[in-house]
Amino acid sequence: MSIDWNIVETAIPLLARGTLVTLQIALAAGALACLFGFALGLAALSNIRPLQWAIAAYVDFVRGTPLLIQVFLVFFALPVVGIRFDEIWAGIIALAFNTSAYIAETVRGGVGSVERGQTEAARSIGMFRWQILVYILLPQALRPMLPPLTNELISMTKNTSLLSVISVYELTRAGQAIISVHFVPFEIYLLLALYYYALIKALSYLSRAIESRMPVL
Amino acid sequence: MGGSATPALRVRSLSKTFGVRTVLRSVDLDVARGETVVIIGASGSGKTTLLRCISHLEFPETGTVDVDGRPVGRVAIPGGFKDASERQLAVQRRGIGFVFQRFNLFPHLSALDNVAIGPRHVLGLTKPAARARAAEQLRKVFLGDHLDKRPAELSGGQQQRVAIARAVAMQPSIILFDEPTSALDPELVREVLDAIRVLAASGMTSVIVTHEMAFARQVANRVIFMDEGAIVEQGAPEEIFGRPREARTQRFLEHFRTEARTP
Repeated sequence: MSIDWNIVETAIPLLARGTLVTLQIALAAGALACLFGFALGLAALSNIRPLQWAIAAYVDFVRGTPLLIQVFLVFFALPVVGIRFDEIWAGIIALAFNTSAYIAETVRGGVGSVERGQTEAARSIGMFRWQILVYILLPQALRPMLPPLTNELISMTKNTSLLSVISVYELTRAGQAIISVHFVPFEIYLLLALYYYALIKALSYLSRAIESRMPVL
Repeated sequence: MGGSATPALRVRSLSKTFGVRTVLRSVDLDVARGETVVIIGASGSGKTTLLRCISHLEFPETGTVDVDGRPVGRVAIPGGFKDASERQLAVQRRGIGFVFQRFNLFPHLSALDNVAIGPRHVLGLTKPAARARAAEQLRKVFLGDHLDKRPAELSGGQQQRVAIARAVAMQPSIILFDEPTSALDPELVREVLDAIRVLAASGMTSVIVTHEMAFARQVANRVIFMDEGAIVEQGAPEEIFGRPREARTQRFLEHFRTEARTP
């Protein structure tokens, strides 16, 4: 077994382009997932029952079905009822839909685990429930929430590779395109693994840097 | 003073059970404006639960609470009352300050912001006005030099004084103190008691649950002895401490004196 270095040399810039798309998808989906995940997690802690049920059902659905099926649902099934996205946006929406459920659970759990005396103190000065959530509980939950949040965003970033099946030209699809022309699976899949690994490392480094800058309460 | 007939606090037939255990048995209590009432009694006698039921951090099973003549935990409807919603209760609680045994300061906020957050977000003051009020209250508890410190950077005594300032800054009708010095190291107790003493002297209506008998004797206009969820005896401090009428009060105070002598 010898490595075809010529192919590696050709592949590196091609895969870099795919990496850029992967990164864009991860950023867009991650931002949406955080936005909706936090909103839903806090809404689950409100005292509006129907809202709690709706969120619980949504989380249950996401956890109970494979991400691949969720991607297919958004890309192939939604157009049937007249909702159409191009493959990149379908991918971003499916990933965000999936990840925000997990983030909502993390937020709900993190905020819910802040010591009970905090809620009582906030109540004692007459704060409304939403004020207690936003001003008292959420800020204290942020630091302990960061590691699980990072895990979810890392999973999501790796899961962008699934979007290759709906022809999103991200990192994995870019690799597959090279393999289909040159038939060099060993070199390319190894390279893909390295690219993903570097991406994930950068992400977890960033997370730790943020965590170390947050005050310990 | 036209309102002096309405007590700052009026409690009627307040009862509370936890499971099969009855913690409060139909407690009646009136506190006049400006009065300082100290509640003493053994652990488990219902003192803390009484305070928590007054502010509805705990919901009483039966009975009513009124602060400055306004209902707490219920709202008037034609022909009677119904339970207050969570939102209505939040508004009603503004009138009742609460100082916790374990301070319960907000650890992510500075001392100043701990005190300012209520006036700012609950009372709707502008940010500068809220901060000015907070700084003033912190100076009154001798923490003018610690405005920007986080709770973790303060001693227990300082934290409890911030908590007192936080309650006072809301300008409540009454402040309830739940064993405010029980979680403190002995050498820090005094500074907190001094702060409460100054506050009481300034005319703030207070109900204080404490085991500090010397302090109770000094600061109280009235002392209440509770046992098994009921008020057993109440009166001026010199009566309760000097010549208690009830056997249970005598036993409790005797037990306390013995404890105080034991090293």
